[in-house]
Amino acid sequence: MSVLIYAENADGKFKKSIFEVVSYARAIADQNNTTLTAISIGDVSADELNKLAKYGADKILNVANAQLKNFVNQAYASIIAEAAKKESADVVILSNSFSGRGLAPRLGVKLDAGVVDGAVALPEQNGGNFTVKKTAFSGKAFATVQLTSANKVIALIPNSYRIVEVAKSAKVEDFSVDTKASDFKAMLKEIVRSADKVSLPDADIVVSGGRGLKGPENWGMIEELADLLGAATACSKPVSDAGWRPHSEHVGQTGIAVSPNLYIAIGISGAIQHLAGVSSSKVIVVINKDAEAPFFKVADYGIVGDAFEVVPKLITAIKEHKASA
Amino acid sequence: MKVLVCISNVPDTTTKITFTDNNTQFNTNGVQFILNPYDEIALARAIELTEGDGGTVTVINVGDVSTEATIRKALAIGATDAVRINAKPHDAWYVAYQIAQYVKANPFDLILTGRESIDYNGSKVAGMLGELLDLPSVSIIKKLDIDGDKATVEREIEGGKELLTIPLPFVAGAAEGVAEPKIPNMRGIMSARTKPLVVVEPVEVKTNSEIISYETPAPRGQVKLVAADDAAKLIELLHTEAKVI
Ligand SMILES: Cc1cc2nc3c(=O)[nH]c(=O)nc-3n(C[C@H](O)[C@H](O)[C@H](O)COP(=O)(O)OP(=O)(O)OC[C@H]3O[C@@H](n4cnc5c(N)ncnc54)[C@H](O)[C@@H]3O)c2cc1C
Ligand SMILES: Nc1ncnc2c1ncn2[C@@H]1O[C@H](COP(=O)(O)O)[C@@H](O)[C@H]1O
Repeated sequence: MSVLIYAENADGKFKKSIFEVVSYARAIADQNNTTLTAISIGDVSADELNKLAKYGADKILNVANAQLKNFVNQAYASIIAEAAKKESADVVILSNSFSGRGLAPRLGVKLDAGVVDGAVALPEQNGGNFTVKKTAFSGKAFATVQLTSANKVIALIPNSYRIVEVAKSAKVEDFSVDTKASDFKAMLKEIVRSADKVSLPDADIVVSGGRGLKGPENWGMIEELADLLGAATACSKPVSDAGWRPHSEHVGQTGIAVSPNLYIAIGISGAIQHLAGVSSSKVIVVINKDAEAPFFKVADYGIVGDAFEVVPKLITAIKEHKASA
Repeated sequence: MKVLVCISNVPDTTTKITFTDNNTQFNTNGVQFILNPYDEIALARAIELTEGDGGTVTVINVGDVSTEATIRKALAIGATDAVRINAKPHDAWYVAYQIAQYVKANPFDLILTGRESIDYNGSKVAGMLGELLDLPSVSIIKKLDIDGDKATVEREIEGGKELLTIPLPFVAGAAEGVAEPKIPNMRGIMSARTKPLVVVEPVEVKTNSEIISYETPAPRGQVKLVAADDAAKLIELLHTEAKVI
C-alpha cells in the first residue's frame, strides 16, 4: 500500500493548495508507515517538481507529454488511475479544485474506491475503520464519512490543512501511459485567465460586497481595498444576478464556497444562504450600517457604519499600516 | 435531441440544519424539500435546447415516493416525462450506478446534472456517470451551446475559464450562467399531473461510503465592534490579534 497525490499545476506552477495536499498526504502516509508518490501531468520544470519533495513526496512521477499539457478530464483520470495501480496506492488525494472535482468521481469508479469530496481534516483510522470529515449542506454542517472500500479517493478543500515543510529529496521519474483515443473526445479550444487578479477559491483574503453598495460604479473602493490586501473580490448573489459583478464572484450556498483566513463582508446582510458559503472562513469582518444585520452574529470583528465612509478610512489605515511596517 | 436531466430533492436553502439520533440523522422535521437549484438550471437549459427541434427532456431521480412532488415540479417546468428509481439515494456512487443502468438501456444525446446537490455537495454524480458510461464529463459548466452533434461548453477554472468542444453524447453539471431557472406556468402545472412518471426498481450494487455522524460548525465568540471612525483600530486588531494581515 502507498499514498498517491495528483499535483495539479496551473500554467506550469503549483499553487499553495497543492502543497497543502502534499502535506496532508504526507501525514496520511506517516499514519500508515508508507510512502508518498506525487504525479504531475503537463509541462512543469524540474525545479517546480522538486518543490513537492519539500513538503513530503518520496517519489515524483512526471508525465510530460505535449498532448497532455492542458487538462483533459478523461485522459488525466486514466493516467492517475494507472499511476495508482503502478504504485499500489490505496489512497489517492487531490485538491478539491474545479479540475479535482472532475477527476475524483472518475477515479472513484476506475479504482473501485469510495470518494470523499470536500474533505476538511485528516482521516481517522482505527480498528480498520477509515473516516473523513467533509463539508455538507453547503457549509452549514460537516459530515463524517466512513469509506468501506479498500481503495479511497479524497479531495481536500483548499486552506483547510496547514502546509508543513519536511526536508526530503525525491527522485523524479518519467511516467508514460498508453492513452486511448476515446479519452480525448473533449477538446480544449481556449483558456482565458484573468492573470492580474487573485483567484477567489485560492485567496487567503476575500473582500466581498453586497447590495448595500448600491451599484457597480461603487466597486472601485472594494477593488482598491482588495488590491491593498492582496485579496480576491467576491459578492452576494443579488449583486451578480443584477450583473453588477460576474457570476464567478458569487459566494454562498448556490455560489462558490470559500474558506479564506479573512473574509470582509461589506454591505451584506448575512442571509442564511450567504453564510453557508463563507462560514468556514477563519476570521470574519462585517461592515454594515445596520447594527441588527444578522451577519454580525457570526462575525469576529465588526464596524457598524456606512460603507461609503468606513471603506475609504480602512484604505487609508492600511496604507499607513503598510508604510509603517 | 433527447436530453436526460438528473434531479435531486434537497432541503430548501433557508433550512436551518439540525440533526437527531445522537447526530447521526439529518432532522427532516418541518423541512421543506425542493428541486436542487442547480438542477433547475440544467432543466431550464435542456428545455431551451430541445424547444423547436421536436426533442424531449426526461428527468430522472433516485428516490423514494416522497420525491414525487419535486419530480412533478420538474414536469410542470417543462420536462416531457420522468423516471423515478425507487430507492433511497445512499450515496453518489449508488445514484450514478442506478442512473447508468437506466441510460445503458435507454440512450440519450446529452445528460445534464446540477454542479452539485446543495445537501451533500459531492459534484460526483456527473463524473461517475461519465466513467460508468465511458463518456466525457465536465463537472461544472457555466455555458452550454449545441451545434449539430457537437457542443461548446465553458468550464470554470480558478481565476479564469476554459472553452471546450465535446461531441455528443456527454455528461455535464450545470452551474449559474448556463440558463435562468424557469418558473412553471398554470398550463405546465395542469399538464404535469398527466405526464408520464415511470417508476423503476433499483438494481443491486455494493456501496462504498457511509455517513456515520454530523456536526454543525463551532459557534464564533462574541463579535468585537470597532467604532466607525476608528478604522485604524480594526487594521491593528487584524494584524496583532487575529494575525491575518
Ligand atoms: C434558492 C436561493 C439561493 C440563494 N443563494 C445565495 C447565495 O449562494 N449567496 C448569497 O449571497 N445569497 C443567496 N441567496 C439570496 C439571499 O437569500 C439574500 O437575498 C442575499 O444574500 C442578500 O444579499 P445582500 O446581503 O447583498 O443584500 P441585502 O439583503 O439587501 O442586504 C444589504 C445589506 O447592506 C446594508 N447596507 C445598506 N446600505 C449600506 C451602506 N451604505 N453601508 C453599509 N451597509 C449598508 C444593509 O443594512 C443590508 O444589511 C439565495 C436565495 C435563494 C432563494
Ligand atoms: N438522488 C438523485 N437522483 C438523481 N440525480 C441526482 C440525485 N442526487 C444527485 N443527483 C444529480 O447529481 C448532481 C450532483 O449531485 P452530488 O454529486 O450529490 O453533488 C445533482 O445536481 C443532480 O443533478
